[in-house]
Amino acid sequence: MADFDDELDASGLNCPLPILRAKKALAALDSGKVLHIIATDPGSVKDFEAFSKQTGNELMESREEGGKFHFLIKKA
Amino acid sequence: MEQKKLAIIATKGTLDWGYPPFILGSTAAALGYEVEIFFTFYGLQLLKKDLDHLRVTPLGNPGMPMPGGMEKWMPVLVTALPGMEAMMTSMMKKQMAAKGVASLTELRELSQEAEVRFIACNMTVELFDMDPSEFIDGIELAGAARFFEFAGDADICMYM
Repeated sequence: MADFDDELDASGLNCPLPILRAKKALAALDSGKVLHIIATDPGSVKDFEAFSKQTGNELMESREEGGKFHFLIKKA
Repeated sequence: MEQKKLAIIATKGTLDWGYPPFILGSTAAALGYEVEIFFTFYGLQLLKKDLDHLRVTPLGNPGMPMPGGMEKWMPVLVTALPGMEAMMTSMMKKQMAAKGVASLTELRELSQEAEVRFIACNMTVELFDMDPSEFIDGIELAGAARFFEFAGDADICMYM
């Protein structure tokens, strides 16, 4: 996994909390910094793709590992 | 790119129907939308400081799944029995907590943090003799014309 600057554990949270928390965490980061998000909600896979498309924050990585979903999002 | 706008009209005051305005409002705000929610009639219940009074009822709601598939055989009349509403409300809250669904209060706070604007319909506040001091802070009291000032330019308008 690539390097990241901040981490958000949204495990156990359901829609729309992972997105809302991620938005908040990204707001605290400078442009170009990378946020690592961990989620267990299967809906978060498509939600983070859609979030990235609509907000312009790049989804660098999206993968499943050990029943958890990991996302790397670069702040635009 | 110009900021998109979402206008929502919230008309229901039950635990279940309180969710859609706050879920969609907060999510749209997270996606960069400017959002206004107009609360009218029973939707005004969603603005009260304490939301513990909100209930969910199986009565007149044949689509509501119940534990163990009870809804398939339970006579409709049973759903009207005293205590049913309180029982279903408590079960729904437990289920929501178990599934990691946010509380309404939390979603409402997140909406406000994300600058979703809340408007309480002045006419229905007066109609029901509601005291605006019972509402959370940051509410604007206004009428239908004020809502259209925003909704008229909205990209999406939803009635809930």
